[in-house]
Order: sequence, then C-alpha cells, then structure tokens
Amino acid sequence: MAVMSDTALQAAPATKARGYWATVGRRIRRDKVAMACAVVLTLIFLSALFAPWLGLADPYQGSMIRRLRHIGTPNYPLGTDELGRDMLARLIYGGRLSLIIGILPVIFAFIIGTSLGLVAGYVGGKLNTAIMRTVDVFYAFPSVLLAIAISGALGAGIVNSIVSLTIVFVPQITRVAESVTTGVRNMDFVEAARASGAGPFTIMRVHMLGNVLGPIFVYATGLISVSMILAAGLSFLGLGTKPPEPEWGLMLNTLRTAIYVNPWVAALPGVMIFAVSICFNLLSDGMRSAMDIRN
Amino acid sequence: MLAYIARRIVYVIPIVLSVALVCFLLVHITPGDPLVAVLPADASQELAAQMRAAYGFDRPLPVQFGLWLWRALHGDLGNSIATGRPVLAEVLRAVSNTVTLAIAAALIGFTLGLLFGLIAGYFRDTWVDKVATSIAIAGVSVPHYWLGMVMVIIFSVQLNWLPAVGAGPGGSGSWGWDWEHMKYLILPAITTSVIPMGIVTRTVRALTGDILSQDFVEALRAKGLRELDVFRHVIKNAAPTALAVMGLQLGYMLGGSILIETVFSWPGSGLLLNSAIFQRDLPLLQGTILVLALFFVTLNLLVDIAQASIDPRIKRG
Repeated sequence: MAVMSDTALQAAPATKARGYWATVGRRIRRDKVAMACAVVLTLIFLSALFAPWLGLADPYQGSMIRRLRHIGTPNYPLGTDELGRDMLARLIYGGRLSLIIGILPVIFAFIIGTSLGLVAGYVGGKLNTAIMRTVDVFYAFPSVLLAIAISGALGAGIVNSIVSLTIVFVPQITRVAESVTTGVRNMDFVEAARASGAGPFTIMRVHMLGNVLGPIFVYATGLISVSMILAAGLSFLGLGTKPPEPEWGLMLNTLRTAIYVNPWVAALPGVMIFAVSICFNLLSDGMRSAMDIRN
Repeated sequence: MLAYIARRIVYVIPIVLSVALVCFLLVHITPGDPLVAVLPADASQELAAQMRAAYGFDRPLPVQFGLWLWRALHGDLGNSIATGRPVLAEVLRAVSNTVTLAIAAALIGFTLGLLFGLIAGYFRDTWVDKVATSIAIAGVSVPHYWLGMVMVIIFSVQLNWLPAVGAGPGGSGSWGWDWEHMKYLILPAITTSVIPMGIVTRTVRALTGDILSQDFVEALRAKGLRELDVFRHVIKNAAPTALAVMGLQLGYMLGGSILIETVFSWPGSGLLLNSAIFQRDLPLLQGTILVLALFFVTLNLLVDIAQASIDPRIKRG
C-alpha cells in the first residue's frame, strides 16, 4: 500500500495539467527569436550594471591628441569620440542612463495607467467618463509632439524627460487597462465574488488585477521600444541628459559634427538604441503570441 | 451621414478647448517667470512688473486663458519673442514645408506598407511573410533620427549623391517641384516613411490574415470566385481600419517631425519648434504646438468621417 501511494505521488506531477502561466512560459522558451532577444537584452543590462568592473577605460577621460580614432584602432576597439574618449566604454556606460530614462517612464506609466484604467473600468459611470475624457485630450497630441512640448516647457534634464514621457504613456496604458477591465468586469466570477460579499477593493485587487495584468504588461513591454527611441530622441535634441554624461541619444547628438571625419564611429550609439528597441519589440511580440492576445 | 458628421464635430469642440487649455498651461509649467526670456538679466523689479502687466501675466489665470483663447480664435497667437513677427504666419509657413515632407513620406511609406502587408498576410508563414515582417519590425524599432544620420553618411558623405541638409539650393525656404528641390526631399522623406511603413505593414498583415480566415472567404471560394476577386473582397474589408491607421500615421508625421527636421535642417514646423524651445520663445512654442495639435485633431475627424462613409456599421456604433 505504502509503495503504491509513493509511485502515485511520483507520477502525479507528470499528469497534472499545466497552469496558464506555466504554458505561457513554456511557449515563450520555445520561441527562438524571443529567447535570442532576451539574451541580448540581458547582456546589455548586465554589462551596463557591472560596467565599472569590466576593466574598461574611463568614459569621461578625453584626450585632445587621440580624437575620433577609427573603429579597430589598437586599445580603442570601437574608436574614440570627438573629445578622444573611448567609445566602447562610453557605449557600455551609456547603457546605464539610456536604459533608465527609457524604461522608467514605462514603469511609472504602467503603475499609474493600470490603476486609473482599473478604477475607470470597474467603477464605471461618471468616474469612468471623467478619467477617459481626460485621457482623450492627451490623444489629441501626437506622442512625439506631446513629449517635446512638455520637455520643452519644463526645460532640459533627466527628471523632466522621464516626467514628460510618463505623461505621454499614461493615457495609452489607461486606455488598454480600461478596455480590458470592462471586458472582465461582467464575467460570472466577478459577479460571484460580489454576491459572496467582497468589497470593490478586494474584487479589484484579488479578482480583477490578475486577469487584466497580462495584456497590459504585454502592451507596456511594446511601449519600452518607443520609450527608448523617444528618450534618446529627447537627449539627441538636447532636452534630456546633459554632457559629459555618456548616454546614447546625447552621444549621437555630439557626434553629429563628426560624420564627415569618422562617420561610422558617429553612428555607433544609434546601433545600441536600435538593438534595445528591436529586442523589446520582438520580445513583446513573442509574449503576445505566447499569451495568445489579439492585437 | 450628415447627422453622424454633426455628432462627430460636436464631440470635437470640447477636445479642441482642452487642447487649447493644455497649450496655454504649457507656458505656466515652465520653471520661473514666463518673462525670463524677454527680460534682461539685470532688469529692475519695476520693469519686470511693467512687462508682466503689458503681457497680462498679472491677471488671474482663467482671465488670461479667456483672453488668450479669444485672440487665438481671431488668428492672433501673439508675436514671436525672437523675431517679433506674428506667430501664426511663422507657423503656417513652416507647416507647409512639413506637409510637403509628410505627404512625400506618406506616399512612400503607405505604398510599401500596403504592399508588404497584403503580401505577408496572404502568404502567411512563408518566407515572403518572414521577410516582410522583419522589414516591418525593423521599421518600427529604428530610431529614425539615427537612420537619418546613417542616410546622410551613406548618400551625402560617402557617395556624394544627395544634399545632407536644407530644403533647396542656397538654403532658401521656398519650395519648388523641380529636381533641384526634390533632391533635398529624398533623404528626409525616406527616413520619415520608415515608421509608417512598418506600422501599416503590421496592421494590414494582421487584417488580411484575419479576413482570409473568416467563413465568408471560404464561401466565396466555394462559389468558384477567382483568387483575384477574393482578394478584392479582402481589400474592401480591410480598407476602413487600414485607412484609420494611415490617417493617424499622417498625423504623427505632421506633428512628430521635429527629430527628422532637426537632423536634416528641414525648415518645417519641427525645426521651428526646436528653435522656439532653445530660444525660450514661449509664444512661438505655444502657437506651434497649438496649430500642430489642431491639425492632428482635424485629421482624426476627417479619418473618422471617411471611415464611416465606407463602412456603414461604424455610424451605428
């Protein structure tokens, strides 16, 4: 008897039906493109995080005599910039600020937008109208214009650039969150929770959040790509990071003058922005199909 | 149809007012005094107070907004601080250049996007689909200002085929439809077209795939329709959504041209916005953003109406 129950226990996990998230995880691990992107992003993240311990040159230390060296120069594998600073070091260190100013706005907008959308979708009525009509106003501006308008008015700076991009993304996430919530709200299990005496906050937190978070998360991952491009774009215009900080957008800006002397070195920071942006896009696509969410 | 149009226009009025309010408030979220750019650094308190009264900054905000809106409705957006010229005239001149660029880019981007999208959607999961999808994803992921730089590096610096900056020989802002001017349009237009190309490809591919998997397509084929005629049905069903997406993209190109125009020194509204920001020319900043946002709102309205006129189901919704 004891032997039998032992084997039954051992066999149990194999026959147990996989949960939804386990299935999603399995599907995404099988997606070669998404996994490749995840690896590239992890490498860029880790190298940015551990940049001081990678034995790189000082990203701030310039030299007048070795300005704009070409790619492949001994000791300077990716050349030097217009002030003679090592490009490899600056690109890797640049990941720190670039990723922060590109990703933080989406995280902030995700938190604010999900809360707003959840409340608007669940409570409905006048509150919904108030929130969603306010959101509509921001939709009356093309996102690049809105980001630049707010940044331009607030003035240059990292914090201002993060604030302006957050304002750009909040309405978009709110809309997605609201429409997903409205879809879930009228389902039977929510009704059942209400009938069994759960209050609105319990329902929103326990029963709704888990069901709406997936699609909003996928949408937000896709926004990171846009956010990276816009954040670097603000710096490129001179509205974000200030020199001498290494940051990809700003590096593109200062190297613009060098395109006649050493064009390929000047184009390097853009390759980094492109790589991060395309990886997040492909990863978001992979998650979307793994979770089987329609566009 | 007329009732629908009327309803949509009524719905736009509060949006326009809110847009005006946001543009008005932009000046007031600027750190410090909005007069900072006009006043010399060593201006006395009296002079500052005088200027504040002259610009109306001493009045309560709602009154200021009312006055500003009243003037704006009459086409008076104030004068540029940097040049002293009326803002509206400056903006409209610049916008015409941006429209030229946006239309050229739309022609390239929409044509390619529709073509790639239809092909990819029709030959789903084949190598053609994979190529088209890859181009599309690269298009939506590329930092377009960087692509502009790369274009300049290849076609201006290395090959010396096309000019790198400006909108015409001698740096003149007056546009003409001859080869001398067109040369200047090619690189910025291609660069601008990349994002809409990617987005239209992805939208049309998804639409085509969805429509082809619907039952009525099966019925059409069973009836013995040739593939070309089936395709005609696909296009008809995809048109309203595709049109809406393209309209939105055209709006983004008009309003979001600042990065590309900065790279190519294209004398449009984006470049104007750029100089307004860095010269702290607040009336010009406010006016440019207002005009661009109103363009965008109007365009959205037109798209909605066009969409409703080809798809009668929308009117009922």
